Amino acid sequence: MSTNHDTKDIQQHIKVYMIVFATLAALTVATVAASYLDLSRGEAIFLALTIASVKGSLVASYFMHLISEKALITWILMLTAVFFFILMFIPMTSFIDQSRLG
Amino acid sequence: MSSYTHHDEPFYRKYIWSTDHKIIGLQYGFTALFFLLVGFTLMMIMRWQLAYPESPVPLVGSIFGEDGILLPEIYNSLGAMHGTIMIFLGIVPLAVGAFGNYIVPLQIGAPDMAFPKLNAASYWSYLVGGIVMMSSFFTAEGAARSGWTSYPPLAVIEVGQTLWLIGMIFLITSSLLGSINFITTIVQLRAPGLSWMRLPFFVWAQLVTAFLLLLAFPPLESAAVLQLMDRVAGTSFFLPSGLVVSGEILDVSGGGSPLLWQHLFWFLAHPEVYVLILPAMGIVSEVIANNTRKPLWGYKSLVFAVVFLGFMSFIVWAHHMFITGMGTAMSDFFQTTTMIISIPSIIILSAFFISLWGASIRFNTPMLFALAFLPMFGIGGLTGLPLGLAAADIYLHDTYYVIGHFHYVVAPGTIFGLFAGIYYWYPKITGRKMSETMGKLHFWPSLIFMNGVFMPMFIQGLAGVSRRLWDGGLEYAHASGVLHWNEFMSISAWLLGLAQIPFIFNIFYSLKFGEKVGKNPWDSTTLEWTAPSPPLPHVNFEKIPEVHREAYEYSVPGRKRDFTPQTVPKKG
Amino acid sequence: MDIPYTVEERSDTGLFNAKLGIWLFLASEVMLFGGLFSAYIFLRFGAPDGAFHEWGQELNIPLATLNTLILISSSVTMVMSWASLKLQDIKKYKLYMGLTLLCALGFLVIKYLEYTAKFDHHIFPSTNTFFAIYFTLTGLHGLHIIGGMIVLFYLWIPGRKMWLSNSEQFTNRVEIVGLYWHFVDLVWIFLFPILYLL
Repeated sequence: MSTNHDTKDIQQHIKVYMIVFATLAALTVATVAASYLDLSRGEAIFLALTIASVKGSLVASYFMHLISEKALITWILMLTAVFFFILMFIPMTSFIDQSRLG
Repeated sequence: MSSYTHHDEPFYRKYIWSTDHKIIGLQYGFTALFFLLVGFTLMMIMRWQLAYPESPVPLVGSIFGEDGILLPEIYNSLGAMHGTIMIFLGIVPLAVGAFGNYIVPLQIGAPDMAFPKLNAASYWSYLVGGIVMMSSFFTAEGAARSGWTSYPPLAVIEVGQTLWLIGMIFLITSSLLGSINFITTIVQLRAPGLSWMRLPFFVWAQLVTAFLLLLAFPPLESAAVLQLMDRVAGTSFFLPSGLVVSGEILDVSGGGSPLLWQHLFWFLAHPEVYVLILPAMGIVSEVIANNTRKPLWGYKSLVFAVVFLGFMSFIVWAHHMFITGMGTAMSDFFQTTTMIISIPSIIILSAFFISLWGASIRFNTPMLFALAFLPMFGIGGLTGLPLGLAAADIYLHDTYYVIGHFHYVVAPGTIFGLFAGIYYWYPKITGRKMSETMGKLHFWPSLIFMNGVFMPMFIQGLAGVSRRLWDGGLEYAHASGVLHWNEFMSISAWLLGLAQIPFIFNIFYSLKFGEKVGKNPWDSTTLEWTAPSPPLPHVNFEKIPEVHREAYEYSVPGRKRDFTPQTVPKKG
Repeated sequence: MDIPYTVEERSDTGLFNAKLGIWLFLASEVMLFGGLFSAYIFLRFGAPDGAFHEWGQELNIPLATLNTLILISSSVTMVMSWASLKLQDIKKYKLYMGLTLLCALGFLVIKYLEYTAKFDHHIFPSTNTFFAIYFTLTGLHGLHIIGGMIVLFYLWIPGRKMWLSNSEQFTNRVEIVGLYWHFVDLVWIFLFPILYLL
């Protein structure tokens, strides 16, 4: 079942997992450190969410193997992402419009 | 893996803790029909109060107190529970749970659903949710009374809502499990040769429906969790600061907003409208193709329309909220998307109508219901347009016009579609046809009285009568000119109830005395008709069918028979 | 007749059933947490300027950082347990799965300490909208951890006998539960900054 080729592949994977692990740990420390920096609210939010997104993409791409996943899964997730962002649009509908009206 | 086929299962394995999609489909079907009856009964009771305000309700009046008068609190409970039961416990489980479960695997030539145990779990979660909902009637507080939309702050401070929320969480879990199962089944278990464009339209409708349930329901689940927190943990997600209840400021931290609930609720509840209608459209398409003996007109446009409809249904939700103080820019956006979403609906409806062109139609009972679906859904859809336009909606919002509109979509629309499906697939399920005489006795009165109930609602609504009045608008001068319709509507509703008796009787009568049929009584082309009637337990088909052609090859010129099943190989 | 593609992949989609199933489930989970994130943003906009940040100061950042590291580690041990099965090493599998469970337990213990510290200071979900959404989000996330632990435990001990009868399906099971577990980790990666740091 498990061919020699497979085994090599997996060992290669394991190396990648360790690199990802180290990166995630480093980014965790970085995001905490950044929160002590003297940044404006907007900058702090941007930085924290960027770091979180990078970490999230690492987990999804490597631990969850999305980087080599079948097209169908990718399509479903892209659809979900669209609806997720529409959902995030909800607060905007209530606040942007009202503040614009003053 | 152990063999999936079991022989001689004990009774409880076969009919109760079953993992066979057909049994689960029937469990769903009977439970949902029961709940439809319950929900309808609640409405028949309410209609007494509307027709004859503050006079004792006959037959069941003693439940509501000594003098038998339906009090406002109970009226509100009945109203909230009517909506909840009809939508979440009746129609969705019937359209998706029952028809989807029974028919989809057969139409795609699969031995079962992809995850049979999950399928059973989905049914049992639904049943628990239903029981929790119903049990709220018997608690000291009584059932939820804040409308099926459960708007806070009323829903947070009013009694009876906690069980509603818990029941809802079970129901959402159930449709979540179901939708995962449907999508996986349709994607993975299609028979060899059954490519996407060869799928019967019903399967497409179910696939889009499953995606709506999968992605639109979870936000409502989160909203239900938040409302539950508001009720049991004292949070203020939906309670603004300084809310005054009964003359006193409510002792909560405040800082929340009722609008948040409305957004999360309608983010589900608008796609939910399409969850209600799409399976019925799917059924109607099957029945029409079969009884016009013609291919469905514009199959590909139907498929693209239904997919586009599903997608668009996620970005129209705030047209339910035009009068919440939303700004004009947002109203513009949502009324535009709302107008856009009517286009695919029109495409679908037009394709069905054009399918009738030049056909020699067989007017059997399923076809009668399918034909009635078209104008009824048409009325429901077209009366929705003014509600999608912000300016007109300001006037019509929360009037009986809205009630008339969505009942035309759901009652003579969806429910007629579901009736068509029951008459159409009954021979597959039981091996016998339902009685045509009783079927017509069911159809014609239903059609007449449905319109008798809902048409006057437009008249009342245009006169400005609010939808939530216990006395039907007796206290309002502007309503006085249209209130005489209340009695007419109520009598129509009760007669509509009577008209269902032939149907209920027919289901049981035909089980024993219906005309016996073979595999394919309607001379149909799709895969479910190549299985025995009823299909074999657990495996459905004697052997997995192979598909060689598109779904609706009826009356192809030059062929001996006027239908060619999908399994017939192409020559040469 | 067996249900097709429970173990082997369907050629046109390249997937076995459960793989598609778990991703669909995760898609719905994205929308579930999406609803709550949306509520978070909504409430944050609605609160007085800077109030969410100020209320968030009550939280214990060092403990949460530790918890983040623990959860990331559990993700690594999870994926390692799957890789061990791929390498036919059931002993290593047992070790890594055990470590994953240990991490999960550690996460919950720390979460418990955080919660009780809040309650001791008379901070409850009803205190303000920040703590309302904080307790709801972390509580729901905690429930996901507990649910995951139950399945992980099943695969660690009682369910492991499948390795002998059908190793491929067992490996698949570990893979799809792993996908769920990484997702729970992923949610936390976003919860951590928005609740504790911002």
